[in-house]
Amino acid sequence: MGIRIIKQGLLDTVQDHGRYGHQHWGINPGGAMDAVAMRVANMLAGNEWNEPVIEMHFPAAELLFEEPALVAVAGADFNAAFNGMACDTNKLLLVRKNDRLHFTAHRKGSRAYLSVKGGIVADEWLNSCSTHLKVQAGGFAGRALHKNDTIRYKYAFKQAEKYTAQPAWRADVQHLYNGRAIRFIPGAEYHLLDEASKEYLHNEPFLLGRKSDRMGYRLEGVSLGYSNHQQIISTAVTRGTIQLLPDGQLMVLMADHQTTGGYPRIGHVIGADISSLSQTVPGSEIRFSKTDLATAEKLFIRQQTDLRLLQNACTLRLTDWLQQ
Amino acid sequence: MQSSYHIYPCGDHALTIELGDRIDTAVNDRVIALFSHLRMLNKQGIMDIIPSYHTVTLVYDLAAFPEAEDATVYDQLSNWLHTVIKHTDAISINKRQISVPVCYDVSLGWDIALLAEERGLTVEEVAQIHHSVPYRVYLVGFLPGFPYMGTVDARIAAPRRSSPRTNVPMGSVGIAGTQTGIYPFDSPGGWQIIGQTPLRLFDVRRPQPCYLQPGDEVRFHPVSLTEFKQMKSHGHTHH
Repeated sequence: MGIRIIKQGLLDTVQDHGRYGHQHWGINPGGAMDAVAMRVANMLAGNEWNEPVIEMHFPAAELLFEEPALVAVAGADFNAAFNGMACDTNKLLLVRKNDRLHFTAHRKGSRAYLSVKGGIVADEWLNSCSTHLKVQAGGFAGRALHKNDTIRYKYAFKQAEKYTAQPAWRADVQHLYNGRAIRFIPGAEYHLLDEASKEYLHNEPFLLGRKSDRMGYRLEGVSLGYSNHQQIISTAVTRGTIQLLPDGQLMVLMADHQTTGGYPRIGHVIGADISSLSQTVPGSEIRFSKTDLATAEKLFIRQQTDLRLLQNACTLRLTDWLQQ
Repeated sequence: MQSSYHIYPCGDHALTIELGDRIDTAVNDRVIALFSHLRMLNKQGIMDIIPSYHTVTLVYDLAAFPEAEDATVYDQLSNWLHTVIKHTDAISINKRQISVPVCYDVSLGWDIALLAEERGLTVEEVAQIHHSVPYRVYLVGFLPGFPYMGTVDARIAAPRRSSPRTNVPMGSVGIAGTQTGIYPFDSPGGWQIIGQTPLRLFDVRRPQPCYLQPGDEVRFHPVSLTEFKQMKSHGHTHH
């Protein structure tokens, strides 16, 4: 008993923070594309920050709850409908037996996250429940969710009958995202870009390509010029690394990136902006602005502090509601 | 370590230590020594240590380090690394020697016949040149468990195919330039395929899922198609 998939989505997988400590084996970390939204979904539900959640793309799955639970949806706004009635994202939802949740329109963002209070049952592989599609391990049988799959809850919500009203608060998440240009730190080969290309990178928008996925974001813009064509020896790359492909186009590596690469590293998207980037919709514009390492570190720490504050607020609200 | 190195940021949550500027075993020895030393130190906040041909990259959790007024986390880690690198020479590494069976039959080595023809060699000679020398696993990347090994003899070194195949079977042994590698999964790929190993290079059920690791010395030994099929049907996996 748990959440049954009534209708399959485009790509719905179980994810947590990711699988670290194994990249020397070529095992990429994976994990939630939008780690901020994953955490918000978990804090609304009163979970540990790294509890596995369901990451959904649009069109997302239609879900049937086979027993009562407290759940939360965060991240992208896919126009959630609860038993056919519009319902907000970034909000806790009390579901009862045979309640349905589905998503009717792609309004904002690219990835939505569903958490269940107490957590869902997921396969662990190398200390993470993130789904590794290549290796077919972790999450739900190492694969995307299909029609008629049932994702079980770890705990039943036995006191559900006690409560009559839905929880009323919403988490305010706007300040956790950057609505402006995506900030980056120059990479090891940034200086080899010609001046016109640097100008373009700092001032002009790129289009997020349709082929962008969990592995990487393909950016469409003018072909950037690079002064040195000496072969680069393959070395480790990370989430957020901006590579210059041989055709002069940029590729930003995302959660399912390869562990090593041999393309020029023009820059690295800062940690604080990765979640914003991961919610960009293919076909829309992305602008970049250059920053420095010290600023990037401060921005990341501030985001972590903001997340902790939100976590505290959610804990208070949830405790109050449960004790009503 | 006496020789020079340099450290540079790789974004705001990773840094790279470059120990040389070319692909060679002396540089890679230093990479493996530093990689092993860093793994042994197991420093809090470091999430991944990734060796390549000539670099070691650390991925770290920014939030795990104390905030300092005048030093970034990157600066703190760099300073720590200067001391670590100074003391890395003392670490001796035991290189593992690993034998990998390969069947060079043309039915499995899709490109071996053409490569032989281009080089004025027989298929047997290409195979013999390939398995007559030991290879160093310089790094594991591209796919989970995919070893980049060198150095392939100039007589059979061959560029990547101009258009990659959409599916290369698991176990395929390929050549790209002077590197040789093995596909641990069915995967798209552009390496020239000269044979296949019946070994399962990646086994998800094992705590150490990868057969080969950076620093390993690999020797290929040829097996016939019959032996290959027998080994394959017995589900040869690593020990």
